[in-house]
Amino acid sequence: MGCTAEAVDEKFLVMGLVFDPAQRNIFIFLNIMLSYMGNAMDEEEEMSPRPFWPPLLAGFALGLVLLLTFLMTGHGLGASGFFTRLTATLGAWLAPAATEASRYFGPYVQGNPLAFWISWEVVGVAIGALAGSISNGRFRLALERGPRVGANERLIYALIGGVLVGFGARLARGCTSGLALSGGATLAVAAFVFLVTFFAAGFLMTFAARRVWR
Amino acid sequence: MTLPLYDSGMIAGLLAGILFGYVLEGAGFGSPRKLTAQFALRDWAVFKVMFTAVLVAAIGLWLAEAVGLIGTRAVFTPTLFFWAIALGGALIGAGFALGGYCPGTSTVGLFSGRGDAAVFIIGMILGTVLFAAVFEPIDGLYRAAEGPKGQTLMELTGLPTWVILGALVIMAAGGFALGNRCEQRFGGPLTADEVLAGLPSNRSGPADQGDASRLATPKAHEITAS
Repeated sequence: MGCTAEAVDEKFLVMGLVFDPAQRNIFIFLNIMLSYMGNAMDEEEEMSPRPFWPPLLAGFALGLVLLLTFLMTGHGLGASGFFTRLTATLGAWLAPAATEASRYFGPYVQGNPLAFWISWEVVGVAIGALAGSISNGRFRLALERGPRVGANERLIYALIGGVLVGFGARLARGCTSGLALSGGATLAVAAFVFLVTFFAAGFLMTFAARRVWR
Repeated sequence: MTLPLYDSGMIAGLLAGILFGYVLEGAGFGSPRKLTAQFALRDWAVFKVMFTAVLVAAIGLWLAEAVGLIGTRAVFTPTLFFWAIALGGALIGAGFALGGYCPGTSTVGLFSGRGDAAVFIIGMILGTVLFAAVFEPIDGLYRAAEGPKGQTLMELTGLPTWVILGALVIMAAGGFALGNRCEQRFGGPLTADEVLAGLPSNRSGPADQGDASRLATPKAHEITAS
């Protein structure tokens, strides 16, 4: 039973959020790593990009990562759950009354969003992607768009696409990671229903809006 | 049966996430042009990576169960809510084809430097708010046609796991062969050089460079111990 003053001393603050002392070393480690990657980026930005991994190799590696995740945690990988928590947290901050009254967000509001596995996993995805893109010369600060689409048009499509995906992931209770990939590995019927409509709608939209990417 | 560890702590999350992000970026899945080229049938990496990963993990879980490393029903298996999942899957497919990402790959895109991924993420947040706003009126749709809890293809069909896995391996092989033929016909998979050739270099201007270091390096004062 530590006294209050000591407990406060040992608390660790990041962007206004309070953490246990045990979590402090992780932050210091992450900060050192990000600084290192920033330096590496300055030095290596002229480097020509290394090729992408062949799809079968990437798929095999992803399968092993997914298997490791199942054996560690008892569940698979995810992504959209983090954005739901992020939205609930932003909502609680901008419109606390409406967010707490919401039947959907209400249960999400309790607690620090970083106390959840999915948040750490997505922080990890960010670190892994940054490390991979920088160390392989593939990091570019840019908008990526089809050859026939201007920058503003690209951003409008990105926004509309994001709205469809954000809504769809809440309706389906998961996304390509949590439902298709992780659910697929458990051979769940839900995952294969998702995959069928996901690919069908993707092909239809691509056919209807061909000029967006070509 | 000491596994799974059922450890959903910070370290497990970071470890799984870092590997996940690194592999997705390596596969080229930070690029919306590469991702959407799947739907134009030009680049089958999305299908190949996803199907291979599902099969490797599914076979791994099956073997782990067969040798008694994990128990039966030891891992989380999603439950079917037919209409919500079918419709949600279609919305994600359509949004992916238009916006260029899904939730996981938008994170990879953002941390490969893609500004359009940031706008896509803002869209996802708005879509989530929209869903919460209509959550009560669409409650019937959200819960309609609920399947048995965590139902698997084996339970649905009554077939043993090895038959299902065998059928999926055959389907994957067929899909890969079809994919390879389409790729040859429609211009081939997008390489890293092709993806990046259309993008400005990091050294294109002083403003860009400043932004780059700001994005990648949190300043020391952002992390403060009190």
